[in-house]
Amino acid sequence: MSSAPNVVTIEGNEAAARVAYKVSEVIAIYPITPSSGMGEMADAWAADDLPNIWGTVPLVVEMQSEGGAAGAVHGSLQTGALTTTFTASQGLLLMLPNMFKIAGELTSAVFHVSARSVSAQALSIFGDHSDVMAARSTGWGLLASASIQEIHDMALIASAATLEARIPFIHFFDGFRSSHEVMKIEEISEEIIRGMIDSEFVRAHKDRALSPEHPVLRGTAQNPDVFFQARETVNPYYAACPGIVQKAMDRFAELTGRSYHLFDYVGPADAERVIVLMASGAETVEETVNYLNGTMDENVGVLKVRCYRPFSMEHFVKALPATVKKIAVLDRTKEPGSLGEPLYQDVVTAVVQGLSTGTTPFTEMPVITGGRYGLSSKEFTPAMVKGIYDELKKDTPKNNFTVGIHDDLSGSNLEWDPAFSTEPDEVFRGLFYGLGADGTVGANKNSIKIIGEETENFAQGYFVYDSKKAGSTTVSHLRFGKNPIHSTYLIDKANFIAIHQEQFFEKFEPLAKAVPGATLLINSTTPTDQIWDSLPRTTQEQIIEKGIAVWAIDGYKVARENNMGARVNTIMQTCFFAISGILPREEAIQKIKDTIKKTYGMKGEAVVKQNYAAVDDTLENLHQVEIGDTVTSTRERKPIVPDHAPEFVKNVTAEIIAGRGDDLPTSLLPADGTYPLSTTKWEKRNIAQEVPVWDTELCIQCNKCVMLCPHATIRAKVFDPKYLEGAPESFKSTEVKGRGFPEGWLYTLQNAAEDCTGCGVCVDICPAKNKAEPKFKAVNMEPQQPIREAEIANWNHFLDIPDYDRTALKTHLVKESQLLEPLFEFSGACAGCGETPYVKLLTQLFGDRSIIANATGCSSIWGGNLPTTPYAMNREGRGPAWSNSLFEDNAEFGFGMRLATDKQNEYARELVSDLAGELGQELADGLLNANQSDEAGINDQRQRIAKLREVLGGSSDPKAGELLVVADYLVQRSIWIVGGDGWAYDIGYGGLDHVLASGRNVNVLVLDTEVYSNTGGQASKSTPRGAVAKFAAAGKPLPKKDLGMITMTYGNIYVAQVAMGANDSQCLKAFLEADAYPGPSLIIAYSHCIAHGVDMTTGMTHQNDAVNSGHWPLYRFDPNLTEQGRNPLQLDSKAPSIPFEEYAYKETRFKMLTKSKPERAKMLLEQAQDDVNRKWAQYEKLAAETDTKEED
Amino acid sequence: MDLKTSYMGLDLSSPLVPGASPLTGDVDSCKQLEDVGAAALVLPSLFQEQIMHESEEYSRRMTEGTESFSEALTYFPNFDEGFIGPESYLEHIRKVKEAVDIPVIASLNGITTGGWVDYSCLMIEAGADALELNIYFLPTDTNMTSGAVEKLYSSILLETKLAIKAPIAVKISPYFSALANMVKQLDDDGADGVVLFNRFYQPDIDLENLEVVPNLVMSTPFANRTSLRWIAVLFGHIDASLAASQGIHTHEDVLKMVMAGADITQVTACLLKNGIPWLGTMLADLTKWMEEKEYESIEQMKGSLSQKSVADPGTGQLHEGPPLLVARLFSGPA
Repeated sequence: MSSAPNVVTIEGNEAAARVAYKVSEVIAIYPITPSSGMGEMADAWAADDLPNIWGTVPLVVEMQSEGGAAGAVHGSLQTGALTTTFTASQGLLLMLPNMFKIAGELTSAVFHVSARSVSAQALSIFGDHSDVMAARSTGWGLLASASIQEIHDMALIASAATLEARIPFIHFFDGFRSSHEVMKIEEISEEIIRGMIDSEFVRAHKDRALSPEHPVLRGTAQNPDVFFQARETVNPYYAACPGIVQKAMDRFAELTGRSYHLFDYVGPADAERVIVLMASGAETVEETVNYLNGTMDENVGVLKVRCYRPFSMEHFVKALPATVKKIAVLDRTKEPGSLGEPLYQDVVTAVVQGLSTGTTPFTEMPVITGGRYGLSSKEFTPAMVKGIYDELKKDTPKNNFTVGIHDDLSGSNLEWDPAFSTEPDEVFRGLFYGLGADGTVGANKNSIKIIGEETENFAQGYFVYDSKKAGSTTVSHLRFGKNPIHSTYLIDKANFIAIHQEQFFEKFEPLAKAVPGATLLINSTTPTDQIWDSLPRTTQEQIIEKGIAVWAIDGYKVARENNMGARVNTIMQTCFFAISGILPREEAIQKIKDTIKKTYGMKGEAVVKQNYAAVDDTLENLHQVEIGDTVTSTRERKPIVPDHAPEFVKNVTAEIIAGRGDDLPTSLLPADGTYPLSTTKWEKRNIAQEVPVWDTELCIQCNKCVMLCPHATIRAKVFDPKYLEGAPESFKSTEVKGRGFPEGWLYTLQNAAEDCTGCGVCVDICPAKNKAEPKFKAVNMEPQQPIREAEIANWNHFLDIPDYDRTALKTHLVKESQLLEPLFEFSGACAGCGETPYVKLLTQLFGDRSIIANATGCSSIWGGNLPTTPYAMNREGRGPAWSNSLFEDNAEFGFGMRLATDKQNEYARELVSDLAGELGQELADGLLNANQSDEAGINDQRQRIAKLREVLGGSSDPKAGELLVVADYLVQRSIWIVGGDGWAYDIGYGGLDHVLASGRNVNVLVLDTEVYSNTGGQASKSTPRGAVAKFAAAGKPLPKKDLGMITMTYGNIYVAQVAMGANDSQCLKAFLEADAYPGPSLIIAYSHCIAHGVDMTTGMTHQNDAVNSGHWPLYRFDPNLTEQGRNPLQLDSKAPSIPFEEYAYKETRFKMLTKSKPERAKMLLEQAQDDVNRKWAQYEKLAAETDTKEED
Repeated sequence: MDLKTSYMGLDLSSPLVPGASPLTGDVDSCKQLEDVGAAALVLPSLFQEQIMHESEEYSRRMTEGTESFSEALTYFPNFDEGFIGPESYLEHIRKVKEAVDIPVIASLNGITTGGWVDYSCLMIEAGADALELNIYFLPTDTNMTSGAVEKLYSSILLETKLAIKAPIAVKISPYFSALANMVKQLDDDGADGVVLFNRFYQPDIDLENLEVVPNLVMSTPFANRTSLRWIAVLFGHIDASLAASQGIHTHEDVLKMVMAGADITQVTACLLKNGIPWLGTMLADLTKWMEEKEYESIEQMKGSLSQKSVADPGTGQLHEGPPLLVARLFSGPA
């Protein structure tokens, strides 16, 4: 053993990455949740020149996809470098082909995988083993880690073992539960890493490398004569592998004192009931086993599987107690249609083989059941574990069971008692409810570090977020105690609860999870002596019943006074330490200040001082609340959704919104992942502090605010004055301006105050200023609370007013296009999102006849993440039909939709021709020759189809029946393929290129944020030169790929580059032209993003800077013009009028490099300016080419 | 020709000192300025307010949207290198000091007492030979008295003097009720130099967008008249050195300022306009003029046309004749 180990408090991803980085020479990375953090850290360390154990900085390279990463890893391994990668879920699946090769060639390698659900009926970013189980047949070893310490340790054990065994390993751990759990662990020193990595085997790996100095050929094609035998040559390696892994474990134990085995049994030697499982769930089972055996006099055990592949039957059966009678095998995956899940099948096989070879310590075949648990990070608690052991007591315990859900469809689930708990009283269990914006999670992470690293306590933190990117709620689960913590489940019985935002009391009962004698900390603007009376009735009841001590602070005031805005993090953290008594007050405050210095030091002295001052001001504002003897409150919470909501919304959606989704039984959930539209409108999140209020006098009715509103909350209608009847007194309207509208009709601009995020984009872009006081515009932000009720009534009345007849609108004009109803509303995107306005426009123009294929990314999350969807239907029940397949295949997915549409349209037309006699020639001709180039034409065609249905409704002709099925395809459909730049420029580019080259009528919308926004801002090939992004921590050294220019080279593809904030009219034109163009179209839309580090309120005006600097020239390339003998390229923006610097240095992504690497920043800025100049010259030249028609 | 002058105890080869501008913010330009004869360099001002604003803004942008959404807990890589603070400025001082042999004067605009003192110490530690406190303060508070304003200036100087030993000049604006008394006060408080004057950013109005916008117009040769007057008035009445700033575009401007009593002239706008070699031209023209007029040294002409020189030194009464007009010009409205 070396000197005393260093203690660190880190999350699972970092525990793996630290080791992986140290033992690698090349690291190929690609972002995918929840593994992205490992790649990000590796990239950042390399940018900081951190060396590996051989003293050289690993080469960290981002690839275009996980498939690409695996290929690069394969090549690098074949050429002698120790190489790794990090991935999860679909990412791992994309690596499978290379993994077969890498294993087939007996190549030493480790992939670190934060195991995650593979998309099935839905995507899920959360943890289970469906991805690693899909890799079983690749020939890779599978090593599972159950805790953060184990992740750190197994990463090294895997790295050591693979070098000797020549079997590559997947080292996996549970996504989120382990990858994102923060835990105090012992850090492995570099000395120990060196002690584990045998230089002989490293040399041998390098000796096997491809080299022209001693050339070989590897990767032959083999025929039936030898392939089979050759495939069997690897058997000895697999046979030896478990022993080698155990040897590495033993060596590791010598160096660290932490001992592992291929299978580790915990429990009495004479246990009769045993659970077998792997990864984080094993920790919870161990905790339960200890409790049941110690407190409840049970006799149960758990076998933790560490080395799952190669599966050593011999080691497995020997690890089981000789007394075992019943075994429950738990799989965190589902293999539909199988006799049981993979681990279950392996255990059955192992036991049967063991018994038949006489190698088991028992002689009778035990009862073996298999069950599923914890899919997609579903909670797996001691209560559920007890439920399994209880089931095993039965004579014929249920097989193929589930635990943790209510399966009323198949009756698979075991029962469990939710009240059962193994949590020791002496463990501090804190629940902290905050908003993403208030910094609660960050503060809690700091608290864990303080307690973990500055005290003897063991510490654990886990953080739960909702699915919204704006106004999201966070719940921090913190445990501290004198003993190691094995609780890999959420805190259900808390002795400390902190409510960092007082509005949470309106939404749920925060004390439902409080134990008697718990402490409650409230951040509230209510004076301390009035807090008791301000609490809801149920909260008062809980406080009295459980004897809860209540403390309160007006953290908002302290934050405001210290210029910290909404961030109450430091303040609430100080309160926590002051009340909890985990550390002496003075000591705690000093530690908080030390952490502030560490956390904010790089952000400058001002921020550090602000936080110091906030800490100092906190204690004098923290007071204990006097508790009443009796319940005095009559305050009740509102229902989640109103009673007139659809049944599905009431029964399912509302339950998920309320945080009770775990209780929904299988029978209530759609079997095929199909969900209704128009559900965000029921959510009423009320997240805006301020909302826009309309000034009727000042408004010029340009409707720019309607167009640019990212959340579709601000809308305009032109209507007959008769609809004012019954309007609330506060409902505003004014005479409509502009020609073409009926005389005397009115105009109203109305905001949905409860759905608004308060981003302020509408105010920023409003062109109408008050001449007396120019700071006021036609819309101005005002506090939401005082006007909420009035605005609810106004909004409801507004919705009741019919929309203007869309066939009478000149939709090519911005103003009139914005009278079209948006079929996309109230998404969960970031406040001020730059992407959503484009999608909203798409739905306004074509939503009632569109199908959207959506690549995975931000747009699939704000578009399709439960509980609600922003895609909506119009009054006729029409709207965009939306689906997400994967990340990489979206172009092909949408292309398939086009093919199906075209084929069925063709068939429908054939049937119309065949049935012309019955339909009448005039109707048939009308259907076949319909001009659907405008709204009126589409409306006419719909009328004809209605007529067709009427005519054919009673027909007995089988063809008539078939035509009725496909008749709707006679309406021209608009197929949209939507995704971000990560998809279009990188992972999906091959498919996108093919689909665009197909000539088919698809419309592609690239929401170009110039980074992988959804996974936290990793660089893509769209990222401009000089911008800092994850995976480009030192500033991207190469220019942005010009997707538009590449695409234009085909000549027959409509291409437009737009920036709605810079030129809304050009943007509108591009959308209309793209849809109208009968071939493929591509719109590349500048989308400002929170990952740019810009003020999202001014994001739209910032788009103007992007265009004015020449970074984002606006253009349309219309092949129709070529056919007319004209130049197809039209530049829609002027020559750059400001330097690139003026645009770029308003964004943190560029500016931060001037602080971290000033010289490099200067160099890259100059090069970026050259990029702009070169690109502009190129475009200008192309656009200036004379029309051939003119020449003629 | 002896062009030497002394400024705050620094022996300089001439009174031509490039003032704070982007030129002195670039190390290569600093070297070029020395090559063409700059006697010293005044570096651009470090603005504490700007640092604080950047720090707050940076912190806001880096944390916005973080720890809110499972897939994107942050949006930027960890920022372990460099930080928002004076470090890049201090590094610039170090680099300029390495690059040139002439004295380097760092310039500071603080907003808190702590800021003035802390940053001053850091600048001297980084190698600056002297400091220029660029007190860029607009008393917009209608309740603030002129006395309070003057006290503020004094206290900034006194606090900084207590903290550092290096020479300190105070750069002020002309907007004082009793400017001469203010300068005297600074002199009494230990100022080693006074720079007359700094130029505030002036507001402008964008008529198209109905917005107030900043607008910095470079000084013209006519802008030096205010400095000329007050240098002439102050010469001989204070111990501190006098530096003329604003509107020094030609050797003639330099001559006028020196004759009024300036120890140095800070040259900025004309270099930005005409390029660095212009300083060499000014120097050559200055020498030529002095040779033609048979001057021996800068010291010989320093203050020769100051108020003190043209007024009756004993009674303070003005002489009759042409010098009277000059003295009145220096003293105020005729």
